[in-house]
Amino acid sequence: MQTTSAHSHAHGSDEHHENHAHHDEGGFLKKYVFSTDHKVIGVQYGITALVFLLLGFILMMLMRFQIAYPGQPIPIIGGLMAHFFGPLADKGIMSPTLYNMFGAMHGTIMVFLAIVPLAFGAFGNLVVPLQIGAPDMAFPRINMVSYQCFAAGGIVMLVSFFIPGGTAQSGWTSYSPLATSVEGHGQTFWLTGMVLLITSSLLGAVNFIATIIQLRAPGMTWMRLPFFVWAQFVTGFLLLLAFPPLEAAGLMQLADNVLGTSFFLPTGLAVGGRLADISGGGSPLLWQHLFWFLGHPEVYVLILPAIGIVSEVVANNTRKPLWGYKSMVYATLAIGFISFIVWAHHMYLTGMGTKISTFFQTTTMIISIPSVIILTCIFISLWGGAIRFNTPMLFALAFLPMFGLGGLTGLPLGFNYSDIHLHDTYYVIAHFHYVVAPGTIFGLFAGIYYWYPKVAGRMMNETLGKVHFWLSLIFMNLVFFPMFIQGMSGMLRRMSDGGAMYSTAKAAAGSIGGLSDRMIELNAFVSHAAWGLALAQIPFIINFFWSISHGKKVTSDNPWDATTLEWQTPTPPPHGNFLKTPEVVRGPYDYSLPGASKDFVPQNQNS
Amino acid sequence: MSDHHSHEDIEAVKRKYIIIFLALIVGTVFTVGAYFLEIHSVALTVALALFIASIKAFLVAGYFMHLMDEKKMIYGILASTVFFFIGLMGLTIWAMHDMPPTTQFH
Amino acid sequence: MDIPYTVQPRRDTGLYNAKLGIWLFLASEVMLFGALFSSYIMLRVGADIGEWPQRLLNVPIGTVNTLVLITSSVTVVLGWAALKQNNFARYRLYQTITILCAFGFVGIKSYEYYDKFTHYQVITNDGKVFDGHLIKRDKELVVLSGFEIDASKGKAHGVMEASGHGPNHKPHKEIEIKTSDIKKIGNYGPAHNTYTAIYFTLTGLHGLHVIGGALVIGYILWPGAGMWKTDPERYTNRVEVSGLFWHFVDLVWIFLFPVLYLL
Repeated sequence: MQTTSAHSHAHGSDEHHENHAHHDEGGFLKKYVFSTDHKVIGVQYGITALVFLLLGFILMMLMRFQIAYPGQPIPIIGGLMAHFFGPLADKGIMSPTLYNMFGAMHGTIMVFLAIVPLAFGAFGNLVVPLQIGAPDMAFPRINMVSYQCFAAGGIVMLVSFFIPGGTAQSGWTSYSPLATSVEGHGQTFWLTGMVLLITSSLLGAVNFIATIIQLRAPGMTWMRLPFFVWAQFVTGFLLLLAFPPLEAAGLMQLADNVLGTSFFLPTGLAVGGRLADISGGGSPLLWQHLFWFLGHPEVYVLILPAIGIVSEVVANNTRKPLWGYKSMVYATLAIGFISFIVWAHHMYLTGMGTKISTFFQTTTMIISIPSVIILTCIFISLWGGAIRFNTPMLFALAFLPMFGLGGLTGLPLGFNYSDIHLHDTYYVIAHFHYVVAPGTIFGLFAGIYYWYPKVAGRMMNETLGKVHFWLSLIFMNLVFFPMFIQGMSGMLRRMSDGGAMYSTAKAAAGSIGGLSDRMIELNAFVSHAAWGLALAQIPFIINFFWSISHGKKVTSDNPWDATTLEWQTPTPPPHGNFLKTPEVVRGPYDYSLPGASKDFVPQNQNS
Repeated sequence: MSDHHSHEDIEAVKRKYIIIFLALIVGTVFTVGAYFLEIHSVALTVALALFIASIKAFLVAGYFMHLMDEKKMIYGILASTVFFFIGLMGLTIWAMHDMPPTTQFH
Repeated sequence: MDIPYTVQPRRDTGLYNAKLGIWLFLASEVMLFGALFSSYIMLRVGADIGEWPQRLLNVPIGTVNTLVLITSSVTVVLGWAALKQNNFARYRLYQTITILCAFGFVGIKSYEYYDKFTHYQVITNDGKVFDGHLIKRDKELVVLSGFEIDASKGKAHGVMEASGHGPNHKPHKEIEIKTSDIKKIGNYGPAHNTYTAIYFTLTGLHGLHVIGGALVIGYILWPGAGMWKTDPERYTNRVEVSGLFWHFVDLVWIFLFPVLYLL
């Protein structure tokens, strides 16, 4: 521990942990599987989510082969695919149906099983109780159940790949009536999995909010909370209040699929050229409203925790307080509120009237203001700082322009005029992937490199980390930037042949529209970049496992010289976290305080 | 109402509960009575039924759930929930009514 | 370090953890049922004129169930008040009534469900529409206790008549229909129309909440009662928190009853 530590009786981290382990350790199952300790649950969330992140990426890499080389067998694992998916991957060639399945599951896995659990479940669980000086979450057993629901939902989703008829194939948005008209039980599995995942998120959200409100250490007033905690607090509210309408919608679509109701099925619906045997009278638009009521706040669920992580890393590595901390907090709260009334900008093409479109267009423009406030504050925080360019900081710095690019390219989608042209094209894909992939995922990588030593007691390797960073940054842009161009030239998403069918070269004379060969050739370029991006992750995977046992041992509990409370615990923190309840006496970012003996003063120390 | 109460307080509270119980029964009788009156104005029927239901809901939430003297934090959470709920219901209904002429929303 | 404020309220918020937790949970429940109520409005307003059946449900039975649920709500608060007065026996009496009310509610609801699942509508090949309760159904014959709906007056009129709400309330009689004559047969289950769909979804979800609430209250009442001896304050808190959930379930029903039965 720090020599300046308030816990003058504290000793070296390792022996300390043993001394303090007076609680019942239990067996392996109790310690690692059915644990109620927030740190273990955080690690469980983290590892599960990283596995799903890789799986979602693999699905997309396979799809990218089909886009680049439509109708050709997938090399190397084509035979394996034919074995698993039978006629859907005959001779190792991905059928359009399998492409649709992978597409639907790529979105579902990435959003609900990878990013949210990683950003909220893993980092929230690991860091929030430590940062607010709490011994654990407010409801440890509910926390455990939350993870178990998440794992069960993940298993249901995985199993659905192997049921007869295959998994869901109606896109991650599962629009009705398509989602009810498709043969097979994939959609039923998807909905069941979603209900479990939503339950997990709700339990998690209740726990997080209650923890942050109730378990703040003495002196930890609202404006002394690290910004990351604020981000998680607002995220918790988004999950708590936006997810239930999707749960209701999921239950209704489940009834449509299983009980034969017509919640989302209109009168006169014909499936496969025949009138469907249903009562009709339902509203497909109702599903879209309920889905996007979650869908848009979900975007902020994905981005806010990453912004929180980036803020922590930036403050720590510029050795300066965050510029405009309070405006960032208020901007985050504003985002939380406004994000609930922007959802129908995903639905301009459904034939909404002009007044309601204008309303949603206006709120959409308004919500960009607090987002820009936050980003600007972080940018200004860099000004005049003696920046330490370590791996977490590199990822955090790259987050800023990448997220900025993703956000700015969202504006034309928020205007209903320009959206009519861009809707459902690769432009949309490029836009939200810039927000989520080089945006959120870079933020999460920064978090992994930053908090790894707190969990493992060892640092991750810097050289491998920098290789990982630079390659990822380059390939991310090579993957997603060309998609803007493709999208603006009118290339639609969800086409299993990458638009080959619409090639102008093949089109009949006199037909209007079509894609030039140059646009279609970009497909192969993007696909190769995606596979390059996969190679770029190898240093990370090696680094992650190698560092557990071979990383450089931390010499203090506070290897980054940070101010926030998670670094004032032993490494790794014992059950119950703190040796005694910390007394918070100052704000979260007292770096380079004039007159202090060091360039950082932890929150629980008088300078 | 997790604060400590004296014995007399509790007796008063119990009396209050019984009165509210009776009020809820009376409310139910009124609602059903209005139903059997077969009022011909649809708007009036809906308004009356929802008005009585709201009063009953107020009694249950206010007294049985102690919302009349709850902490600020709870009020804050519920106020934001009401905001989002109104957003969900209001904007959805608005969206389905603001349709270009000659289109139907389903 | 133990988790603080599990029993005593935190000073600045005035709340103990579980109370804040249950209110957060209830906030999400408001959004869950709120979304379903919104769906109800959208489906109802969007239904073609006359398509939405009114007065399909039995109001006296619904009224009884409403009173049962209100009774259970008052016994919950009285039970909690009894605990505050250290009268465990009285508390146990009240909460036993609560549990009995829950059983009563679910029982009556099950009867209503059964009634709807045995209520059939049959359309014959020559265009006649029959409506009534199923008495017998085998390979050759379907027997209903009901009446024929005058299909010539249009679908809207048919929905009114089937709801028992037509201008001339028809007497029930036994109707025999040959299976070979039947074009379409279906009960008044969820698939019948969007009204029954939302009715079964809303009441089904509400019913699950009743069962869940009764299980929790029952657990605290019997297997979990040991805590009253070891930690009475925490036990009373548990009763209060489970009560909050129970009142919410009551609250949902207060809106469900007029919306589904009366309007």
